[in-house]
Amino acid sequence: MLDIIIYVALAILVLAMLGMLYRVVKGPTTADRVIALDSIGIGLISVVSLLSILLDTTMFFEVILLLGILAFIGTVAFSKFLERGEIIQHDRNNDL
Amino acid sequence: MNRKNDQVNDVILQTAAVIIFFIIIVFSINLFFAGHYSPGGGFIGGLMTAAALVLLLLAFDSKTLANVLPFDYRKMTALGLAIALLTSLHSIFWGRPFLTHAYDKFDLPLLGEQTLHTAIAFDLGVYLVVIGVTMTIIQTIGESE
Repeated sequence: MLDIIIYVALAILVLAMLGMLYRVVKGPTTADRVIALDSIGIGLISVVSLLSILLDTTMFFEVILLLGILAFIGTVAFSKFLERGEIIQHDRNNDL
Repeated sequence: MNRKNDQVNDVILQTAAVIIFFIIIVFSINLFFAGHYSPGGGFIGGLMTAAALVLLLLAFDSKTLANVLPFDYRKMTALGLAIALLTSLHSIFWGRPFLTHAYDKFDLPLLGEQTLHTAIAFDLGVYLVVIGVTMTIIQTIGESE
């Protein structure tokens, strides 16, 4: 019974991630694409956690936390690039 | 887009980064020590520590990071290689082949009886090399104008 529920939830998540993928391809501005990629990362976390229930293992829990951290850092880096034009500044207060 | 000369204000990003930095560091140390019995190890632990340092680089700048954490990452790479080489070499002096590891049970003051294995020292070398190489690459690319 639980297996059927997890399969249904996985199918819904895949549909949601397909919708986000449409926004990545179609999105008019870059910010749309960045937000869509961030949400795809969060959807991937849900897929991994559902799969770890399905496979009856706890070995994927590190992957879940890892994906959350990487999605956050990637989104911050991309938004800083959009905002400032450079990702790592040498001296923030008196630039260049 | 031309806001380079304005005084920019990143209060939310900087406050969040300082808190999340410690969470990532603790997670990376957990990954490093869990490597013997569960997924993890020196490689992914070092990458996560480098990710925490990159988060500080994103929220602040490379000058601030060099002031707060004055590490020379090239020397860190060399130190990691030296640790890995020494833990591989020590078995030669006991008449065993290269890279033979040893373990024993120790009665530690706070932790009780623990099994210590020389593989953790080899993993520490891998950890330091991964942090050193990643941060050297990122800082070298980031500094070039």
